[in-house]
Amino acid sequence: MTLNTLAIAEARDRLRGREISAAELTEACLTAIEGAGALNAFVHHTPDIARAQAAAADARIAQGDAPAMCGIPVGIKDLFCTKGVPSQAASRILEGFRPEYESTVTQNLFDAGAVMLGKLNMDEFAMGSSNETSVYGNAVNPWKLDQPLTPGGSSGGSAAAVAADLCLAATGTDTGGSIRQPAAFTGTVGLKPTYGRVSRWGTIAFASSLDQAGPMTRSVRDAAIMLGAMASVDPKDSTSADRPVPDYEAALTGDIRGQKIGIPREYRMDGMPAEIAALWDRGAEMLRDAGAEIVDISLPHTKYALPAYYVIAPAEASSNLARYDGVRYGRRAKLSAGDGITELYEKTRAEGFGPEVQRRVMIGTYVLSAGFYDAYYNRARKVRALIKRDFDEAFAQGIDTILTPATPSAAFPLGSMQDADPVEMYLNDVFTVTVNLAGLPGLAIPVGLDSAGLPLGLQLIGRPWDEGNLLNHGAVLEKAAGFVAKPDRWW
Amino acid sequence: MAIDPSEARKVAHLARIAVADDALPALAAELNGILHFMEQLNEVDVDGVEPMTGVEKMRLKRREDVVTDGHQQAAVLANAPDAREGFFAVPKVVE
Repeated sequence: MTLNTLAIAEARDRLRGREISAAELTEACLTAIEGAGALNAFVHHTPDIARAQAAAADARIAQGDAPAMCGIPVGIKDLFCTKGVPSQAASRILEGFRPEYESTVTQNLFDAGAVMLGKLNMDEFAMGSSNETSVYGNAVNPWKLDQPLTPGGSSGGSAAAVAADLCLAATGTDTGGSIRQPAAFTGTVGLKPTYGRVSRWGTIAFASSLDQAGPMTRSVRDAAIMLGAMASVDPKDSTSADRPVPDYEAALTGDIRGQKIGIPREYRMDGMPAEIAALWDRGAEMLRDAGAEIVDISLPHTKYALPAYYVIAPAEASSNLARYDGVRYGRRAKLSAGDGITELYEKTRAEGFGPEVQRRVMIGTYVLSAGFYDAYYNRARKVRALIKRDFDEAFAQGIDTILTPATPSAAFPLGSMQDADPVEMYLNDVFTVTVNLAGLPGLAIPVGLDSAGLPLGLQLIGRPWDEGNLLNHGAVLEKAAGFVAKPDRWW
Repeated sequence: MAIDPSEARKVAHLARIAVADDALPALAAELNGILHFMEQLNEVDVDGVEPMTGVEKMRLKRREDVVTDGHQQAAVLANAPDAREGFFAVPKVVE
């Protein structure tokens, strides 16, 4: 067994026991990354930083006061600003951008002793469900059929890297499902925390009322450990919650007896593949066998979550992405003689943004424009309030967590959606997007393989700020499912 | 509410994204497809519902009214495509 395949929890124990060093663990990951160019998961490599951080971690461990993440090599999604290291949200418009500051999430991880191996591929500005909108070209799923598959998106590089054992864990961000869908497509664990649990400061913004960073790991326990290091109360993010960060790992008691788990009937969509429906039923049985009570619930506005999301998220994006003007940072278009400031903006943004980002910025601009603001944007925000109310009512009935499928399908072939309507790609988010709209924590867990041998995941949705209990339910499901399959190495 | 090519041109200009004239019909069709998807929201009864502004009611944080940062001119300009004499440089704006 090579060290890069360890879970965080095991590596932590062996580091503390001085059986292995952070330097060895880091070298094992750097070697794995070097041999995995075909996955296109790491797009900026930082071996020098990794080696220096590993040496510092070893020194800290030797002193005996190392936190759980000390010496743990991780990959960082390209959306996080990392000081002096390219951070371009997989966009051409941020070519050459090296932030002068560190995001709160990466600073928290570094303060806890984590080791950064490099930056990970993603969809441009986190807009996409297949990694194919990336300026770096798509990352590839380590799980393969006779054709290459998408690792999902937008955190596709993070999911591919964790599934292929290139790092022990990775950071992701989730605006509509961007942590949970790639986790489900790669047989890994992904957690989107409650909105406000993890600081957004220094994370390149897509839709500010929906964006939330979280851990992508190979086990639920690892997600608990890593969330503890990522989360904080941050004066630099006005939406960061003033709540102490609990010990999430301590919440993993394995006991869910008497807990109520809701099964929302509206998630049983027309045309749901039989394998997904069967997996969902099996998941509910596993939780029942562990002593939980399974309760049918109704979330009546579920159907309207996707259209509401695709008004609200582009509206916020059009506003957030207005900052990319070719003046203060990033890439400026070549101008012709006589071009003025408007041409500077229009040419820079036409060259710098890819087609999906342009589409969403323009949709957002339209729904916010005079005359349409009430018809689209305000109406969507009202529907959002109703979607949140559905969840509030379920939790008020005593429901502790909600079990749903994570995705409507297994990973699909790269290129297969090329000629599809943009709306078809948006349907990937159908089970995850409600959670962002309501600000709730959501956890994707690998539960089985489909008939083709590809991983399938289920999602558990928790009460706000109840990540501990959510992770505990997840750990019980993980244990019962016993998912241990790994992709055959072809890269 | 349908977008025609001239409306698409207006939206592209508001978004400050250059779109070639011959690309406007395809852009209009794409935007219409997405807007059509959003029309479903009209089925929902939203009478008396307040638009959601945040997931949790919380008071905006306050802090001491003191200077916490500053004198970062070099860092602020470090990533500018064109910076001269301590300023961002752009094409002439005022005639």
